[in-house]
Amino acid sequence: MSIDSKEIEKLADLARLKFDQEQLGEVTDRIASVLDFIDQLHQTETQAIEPMAHPMDAVQRLRADKVTESNQREKYQQVAPATENGLYLVPKVIE
Amino acid sequence: MEWETVIGLEIHAQLATESKIFSGSSTTFGAEANTQASLVDLALPGVLPVFNEQALKLAVIFGLGIGAKIHKKSVFDRKNYFYPDLPKGYQISQLHHPIVGEGHVDITLSDGTVKRVGVTRAHLEEDAGKSLHEDFHGSTGIDLNRAGTPLLEIVSEPDLRSAEEAVAYLKKIHTLIRYLGISDGNMAEGSMRCDINISMRPMGQETLGTRAEIKNVNSFRFVEKAIVHEMERQIDILEDGGSVVQETRLYDSELDETRSMRSKEVAMDYRYFPEPDLLPIIIDDEYIEALRANLPELPDQKKQRFTDQYNLSSSDAEQLAGSLELGRYFEEVVQISGAAKLSANWIIVELSGQLNKNELDIGDSPVTAQQLGELVLRIQDNTISGKIAKIVFQEIWNGKGSADQIIESQGLKQVTDSGAIETLVDEVIAANPSQVEQYLAGKEKMLGFFVGQIMKASKGKANPGQVNEILKGKLKQ
Amino acid sequence: MHNKTLSEISSGLRNGDFSSEEITRHFLNRINQLDPQFNSFIAVTEEQAIQQARQADKMISAGETQALLGVPFAHKDIFCTEGVLTTSGSKMLENFISPYDSTVAANLKRAGAVNLGKTNMDEFAMGSSNETSFFGPVKNPWDVTRVPGGSSGGSAAAVAARLAPAATATDTGGSIRQPASLCGVTGLKPTYGRISRWGMIAFASSLDQAGPITQTAEDAALMLNSMAGFDPKDSTSVDQPVPDYRANLNDSLKGLTIGLPKEYFASGLDPKLENIIQEAISEYQRLGATVKEVSLPNSSLSVPVYYVIAPAECSTNLSRFDGVRYGYRCAEPINLEDMYTRTRSEGFGDEVKRRILIGTYVLSSGFYDAYYIQAQKTRRLIQQDFVNAFEQVDVLMAPTSPSPAFKFDEKTADPLTMYLEDIYTIGVNLAGLPGISIPAGQLDGLPVGLQIIGNYFSESKLLNVAHQYQQVTGWHKAQPID
Repeated sequence: MSIDSKEIEKLADLARLKFDQEQLGEVTDRIASVLDFIDQLHQTETQAIEPMAHPMDAVQRLRADKVTESNQREKYQQVAPATENGLYLVPKVIE
Repeated sequence: MEWETVIGLEIHAQLATESKIFSGSSTTFGAEANTQASLVDLALPGVLPVFNEQALKLAVIFGLGIGAKIHKKSVFDRKNYFYPDLPKGYQISQLHHPIVGEGHVDITLSDGTVKRVGVTRAHLEEDAGKSLHEDFHGSTGIDLNRAGTPLLEIVSEPDLRSAEEAVAYLKKIHTLIRYLGISDGNMAEGSMRCDINISMRPMGQETLGTRAEIKNVNSFRFVEKAIVHEMERQIDILEDGGSVVQETRLYDSELDETRSMRSKEVAMDYRYFPEPDLLPIIIDDEYIEALRANLPELPDQKKQRFTDQYNLSSSDAEQLAGSLELGRYFEEVVQISGAAKLSANWIIVELSGQLNKNELDIGDSPVTAQQLGELVLRIQDNTISGKIAKIVFQEIWNGKGSADQIIESQGLKQVTDSGAIETLVDEVIAANPSQVEQYLAGKEKMLGFFVGQIMKASKGKANPGQVNEILKGKLKQ
Repeated sequence: MHNKTLSEISSGLRNGDFSSEEITRHFLNRINQLDPQFNSFIAVTEEQAIQQARQADKMISAGETQALLGVPFAHKDIFCTEGVLTTSGSKMLENFISPYDSTVAANLKRAGAVNLGKTNMDEFAMGSSNETSFFGPVKNPWDVTRVPGGSSGGSAAAVAARLAPAATATDTGGSIRQPASLCGVTGLKPTYGRISRWGMIAFASSLDQAGPITQTAEDAALMLNSMAGFDPKDSTSVDQPVPDYRANLNDSLKGLTIGLPKEYFASGLDPKLENIIQEAISEYQRLGATVKEVSLPNSSLSVPVYYVIAPAECSTNLSRFDGVRYGYRCAEPINLEDMYTRTRSEGFGDEVKRRILIGTYVLSSGFYDAYYIQAQKTRRLIQQDFVNAFEQVDVLMAPTSPSPAFKFDEKTADPLTMYLEDIYTIGVNLAGLPGISIPAGQLDGLPVGLQIIGNYFSESKLLNVAHQYQQVTGWHKAQPID
């Protein structure tokens, strides 16, 4: 087994997901089988190969430094779960 | 045990662009909450970033300003973590291929020694929004106006050894970014902030101790205080036989202490990887050289020129070149007064003293360069003495007009008529026979007494040089 | 009326045979009547559609002649449409009314096309059977006990059942071509960067590409003419002029060299399905093409590469769904962490969560080089295979999927069997190439698709090759219901 449920819980924590004990076993099994499958990547010799991040070796285009956006707060906040005085509200953040 | 402090700074400077790094929203400070947060800044589903050309330009200019290697290929990465003021759940930054590579700056310490501080790299990234913790019924309010503002993160080598060095370095970077025009460097508005990495090690030891990172310190004074406090904290721990925990700490300026910030820090794993929504940034020599050709005069060059051209002392030149505005002010004053050293003196001693006392920046000085230049000119051409000049300066400061107006209206013009001075000298000699005797008996110090009396009688307006000369002649008779 | 192709509707409108409102109402009625059995729509935008149709009718009578003016179609629910529900098949966006239009939606709006509604899909486009949709699976109109394929299953089923003459779709690992194949319609995945991704809810940014699902190649050309184009809002959009994709449809195929990648015809392929593909290729030979065997030696690695890169990108693309600014937020969170964790655990379905975990794993410190970098390197090898192949041939042909439509739940138990569904389509996404699937036969009464893969920006050629086949065969006219 390439991964255990402890590690899955750690990953879930990073991704802000939670599984109850029942789900955890199944998730772990499924992910383990995918990871085993992915492991065949390690058979290939790739030392001299440049990693490919994009399908085309294109270059970033640059945008002119101009303000093109206007205030749309009311419109954009219509879809927000909770706002007040133009602010998005979340449960209190403690630093 | 003797401890050595090892400090590295990560300085975040907001780049002076009109629009954000990846969207067309305004970067103006102080707007109403979320009125400058566009679809991209809010990370709505389906939105995409496009890179601002001005942010690139300003980053390269900075690199050239510190003699750094400019990378012709740089790549944006995603730094993944959850925080309510980080709308995408990742920050677009540059980890593996920053735009600016190794460079350096020279700092001058209070004892006059010059120290070279290494800059590891400088990379482009986007700022996060702001969390407002005032009570919204037990909630936190999120303002995303600042989200997506372009930042240049300037990372130093761990070359700094004291709070003084750290502050000198921070000030030097501040001066540089102002000279280069890449950021307004306004620390009060958060345009420049700094993270301090600090560790202690026994003097002479090679390996570094465990460091703590103090986040988001936003004034020169707080940097100094935070470092001093953190040094004490770490030394206390180490001398008690404990060990410093690697963690992020927060400096609380009200309590003047640092405290641990994120308890979950250990579990942090930013999972950096190349941002697939952006392509590699490629620039060529032509691009770089065009910017190099247009670089302004930099602080070190200006300092050198001030010593060469105006014959200023190294420390005066350092101080005047230490701020773009101060250097500019100085040269305007000299232009009018024609007296470089005297002008420098007046700016460094009188003007700076008054500004500091009133907590004003040079830009807010009530005395304009034009006004100070005219004042220095009147000292230089002997219209008034230095002592009277201080009175005139105060009047200018108080808005009473130009030097000439004040000298005229208050009758402060220096007495250079030798006949009038002779009369004063005669009167003083006549009134103090015993002092004359002492002087003639060889007590040369009495000369000062006579000069003082004469100046007093003239209400300070007699030319001191002339007084001296005439007095000596008369006493010999 | 619903059996007409997009092109026929287009000329019918201009000839005054019927109005846009008439044909729009016809399709809306059909959706209301028939879609309950297929579940291919998440939202039907009846009011807006009729408004748009009336507007189009006015413009047509004023003499405007744009090809798509007044022509109805449907949007995959992955495209943001201003003022219209946009869910990406997820509970996370169950109530999300998009405040803006995707570029694809804006382009089609500008062309005057009439949007009938939003089609069902696998949640965040993660799936090959449409079984991961929060809104329930789409059923294959050929056999409602079978899947339509995915993730654009709603678009493919809607076009197959003639609920819409055309639909937009997206393809990250086969999500246009595979459902097109399973539903017996034409599906084109253009070159990466040909159609803007602005406003298309991201699954895997370096793989996602929009395209049309239609009855015919000619209709696909018509749709592509309006969908394609450079977009300054998308850094990965390619600044190349958009030709009239209909211009070369009738070119002769004499002298065309077809490459058959031997790895795509190896063991694992159902011999009966292979026969259908071979028969289609024989048809091409009769049209004047020659055939040549080529090799894509690294193709067996394309699925594992994909299942590193796609989850890695999606794991962070989906971080924005945090319950703060839009979308689902869990009830009464006790603190910030609770809000994040419950919002995301309740808002995402199982497959999405699994992919987020896999993506998180392959990017986490200690595994990044071994998985992510290794996958990116292998991705280049796979791309290089295609580049080499296109030095020898004009197009590649292969099956679109290893089997016809399968039964519900047949492949859900083991994620790997589902992942292998895309074994012939994923390489194209990794390389960024264009590919099209066209109906080429039937197996036990279920449609089988032929996949044609072209070189970069060879959409005109692909459409020409597909169109010529559709001139001499009738598979694309076969339909599951009247």
